[in-house]
Amino acid sequence: MQKYSVFSLIKNAFSNHEKWDLAWKDPTPKKEYDVVIIGGGGHGLATAYYLAKEHQITNVAVIEKGWIGGGNIGRNTTIIRSNFMYDDNARFNEFGMNLWRNMSQELNFNVMFSPRGIINLAHSDAQMNAYARRGNSMRLNGIDAVLLNREEVKKIIPMADFSDDVRYPIFGGLAQPSAGTARHDAVAWGYARQADSMGVDIIQNCEVTGFDIEAGKIIGLRTSRGDIKSKKIGLCVAGSTNVLAEKLNMTLPIETHLLQACVSEPVKPVLDGVVTFGAGHFYISQSDKGEMVMGGDLDGYNSYAQKGNLPTIQHVLTGGVALFPFLSRLKMLRTWGGIMDMSMDGSPIIDKTHIDGLYLNCGWCYGGFKSVPSSGWTFAHTIAQDRVHELNEGFSLNRFSKGYLLDEKGLGTKTWIS
Amino acid sequence: MLNIKCPYCGDRSQKEFAYGGDGTITRPKLNQEISDEEWDNFVYLRKSPRGKHIELWHHIAGCRQWFKVERDTTTHEIFRTFKPEE
Repeated sequence: MQKYSVFSLIKNAFSNHEKWDLAWKDPTPKKEYDVVIIGGGGHGLATAYYLAKEHQITNVAVIEKGWIGGGNIGRNTTIIRSNFMYDDNARFNEFGMNLWRNMSQELNFNVMFSPRGIINLAHSDAQMNAYARRGNSMRLNGIDAVLLNREEVKKIIPMADFSDDVRYPIFGGLAQPSAGTARHDAVAWGYARQADSMGVDIIQNCEVTGFDIEAGKIIGLRTSRGDIKSKKIGLCVAGSTNVLAEKLNMTLPIETHLLQACVSEPVKPVLDGVVTFGAGHFYISQSDKGEMVMGGDLDGYNSYAQKGNLPTIQHVLTGGVALFPFLSRLKMLRTWGGIMDMSMDGSPIIDKTHIDGLYLNCGWCYGGFKSVPSSGWTFAHTIAQDRVHELNEGFSLNRFSKGYLLDEKGLGTKTWIS
Repeated sequence: MLNIKCPYCGDRSQKEFAYGGDGTITRPKLNQEISDEEWDNFVYLRKSPRGKHIELWHHIAGCRQWFKVERDTTTHEIFRTFKPEE
């Protein structure tokens, strides 16, 4: 594999950048693999990479229905954080933060990880108390958490509405200074390129049409590009999890919902971190190009549409303008949507299933991007060793029936309101 | 924007309605022994199909009645709306 560096950049400048190697190959599927990962998004590609790197399993295929990086890995708002209250979520995502910090070097691909910090705003005393509790829990898990009062928040985001007559005045906030953003499609491409270089086959435009199961064991799968044998298959298909589950006669604690995001026209630097509104569902950051990147509520009803509906955008931006009045002057550049695998408690599932050799990675709700490295790392371990790692043992499939929920927000099973 | 025909009031904008989730889930019978599996099925497990989906909606900014909608989850086409007992 060609190493990316300033020297290779200069060298290729002399040939008008026409002689770069392909970043990954376009192989035809083999008849058999040791492991097949379904889903060529961030989680699937990261899993393949860690299978090859950490477990030396390189006879691996990543099967993708569309093109890699075309799903939620290219549709999210790029926020990376580990500001969770429960131990299982906090440890898992903090482990991921360390992988994020070295990702550009490790993948030899600039993922532009930028630890610019996140602030969750509070708009009441009760919310401040809840954030103090969450912040203390985070610090017990070694995560940087800072409780900010109103004046401290004002120093960081002076353009927010701090006037006296607002409906939801800013009381303060909880900050995680080490949180940040990254260039999302570079994450997919970086993992794909490294996985490919270690022998992983990345097979695009290949839809899974069925599974072959014999005596409770998975033995292969059928695809639009032929049958493939494999004794270990991992599902990393986010919003399409229920579609594949139906082919497996499984019913999961997952509903598929649509989440939209939008960006404004680019403007000069005004916001240097990520800010979430605490009185409505709205979050915002500014991209390096200057666009304000915004998101918020789900569309509110089961959807596989991958495109959204205007009332939700209007509702989200109403909250946005309440927080940052200057947004009302900006033109929207584009909006888009992605389909989310909403789990019944808001936390993910990385586990084995009742079918031997079938592994499940789903339930990321709308927070899957930050967990790409930690999910890939632990899922690769779960597949390679055929047992869960201590980092993902809390993300079990049977925690719902057993009553060990990880309901970080305590919203219950109405996934569409979370 | 969805246009939903409330069986009691007629065609209205989606803004008047609140979603109520999968309309095919039935609560286990009261005053009977319920297995963990039945309870798990009722509380947590959802088919969430791609395609036709029967779901509950609440005309919250209107007549405040609950009713059922059959809708395609990919195209959002609404095939029919009906009263819960129908």
